Amino acid sequence: MFKSFSVKLLLAGAVIGFFIAFLMKLGNPVNMGVCAVCFLRDTSGALKIHTVGALSYFRPEIIGFILGSFFAALIFKEFKSKAGSAPALRFFISFFVAVGALVFLGCPFRMMARIAAGDPTALFGLLGLIAGVYTGVIFLQKGFSLGRSYNINNFSKWIAPGMATMFFIFLIVKPEFIPAYPASGYAPLWISLLAGLIMGFIGLRTRVCTVGGFRDIFIMKDLHLFSGIIGILFFAFVFNLIFGQFNFGDSPGVHSDNLWNFLGLYVVGFGSCLIGGCPFRQMILAGSGNSDSTVSVLGMIVGGGLSHNFMMVSASNATISAKYGVVFAIALFFAIAIFSVKKIKY
Amino acid sequence: MLTIDARGLSCPQPVMLCKKKIDAGEEEFTILVDDPCAEGNIKRVGKNNNYSLEFIDKGNDEKEIILKKEVVNNV
Repeated sequence: MFKSFSVKLLLAGAVIGFFIAFLMKLGNPVNMGVCAVCFLRDTSGALKIHTVGALSYFRPEIIGFILGSFFAALIFKEFKSKAGSAPALRFFISFFVAVGALVFLGCPFRMMARIAAGDPTALFGLLGLIAGVYTGVIFLQKGFSLGRSYNINNFSKWIAPGMATMFFIFLIVKPEFIPAYPASGYAPLWISLLAGLIMGFIGLRTRVCTVGGFRDIFIMKDLHLFSGIIGILFFAFVFNLIFGQFNFGDSPGVHSDNLWNFLGLYVVGFGSCLIGGCPFRQMILAGSGNSDSTVSVLGMIVGGGLSHNFMMVSASNATISAKYGVVFAIALFFAIAIFSVKKIKY
Repeated sequence: MLTIDARGLSCPQPVMLCKKKIDAGEEEFTILVDDPCAEGNIKRVGKNNNYSLEFIDKGNDEKEIILKKEVVNNV
């Protein structure tokens, strides 16, 4: 009944799962290791979009995701300028994907990292993600589309790699206008960067996507991308055991407001379906020259920053503004989805 | 022959367009794509449903994929 289980994707997931555990071992935040949205939020702090000192750092992993994808795209001749599919909608959908992720406290990568470290609250996030993806699939099957993008053959493909390079220069040169705060926890810079580059390279070559994994099961019973999810979960768990980081029942650094854990990742699953991929996948597409995904990445950087400014980030429990933010995001996504249906005739 | 234009559509819309035609029992159709990800997905869903695939490079990163239902020999 189910088809296309992929060893290639399983191995790609294994590499990501390994880095989740390994980078945690080397100093990245506990019960996290790797998180696309949290690291974009840290980047946002380094850009002074928010002012939480401990969460301000040009995360080398982010630079690596984008540049790793860029190098893979160059080598395999996929580095192309594409743009034109509802950029403003993509910006705000991504903005609220970041809000949702920071209410749960993590993107799908970190949700898996949390499960693989024994954190039971993350299971509510997993259920929320699946429910969100399912909602997105309902609209996709009704003909939802944000419209076509086009090969535009201009300079725009260089924006995301250029931006990542600029972050790298700031990280190394440390100009005085950039806050010199330490991050909450971080692995050695060059190891983080190398890990990011490898994950970015693999990301483009295998198209690994945490939201796509569930989505393709709902749409066509296809296990191809889901194989990657299995790889991430299983190998993050195995390496957490090896490194002594598996603590069943422990939830360090997160909250157990489980309705909002569920709804936070519901927003991420639903929104990611509307923009065609999870937060990590958006960075990979951005690195390969896709301007629509570059706009998504910018939306998540701004959304991550404003989540802190508006106190929507939920450290010990879901804040009032977090609840308003999540409910608004769900209403906004339904409105966008309903009004963008039937663009595509099947 | 039926031709579907899936150029510029975000993942997973190209493969969904293809799957709809397969589910509708379409025996031969063409799908236009301009994205390697869509191309890989269509290749997979085509093969899983016993379609033969032919890829024609149209330049400017566009490809025409011709899908034909293969006769399954049950002997």
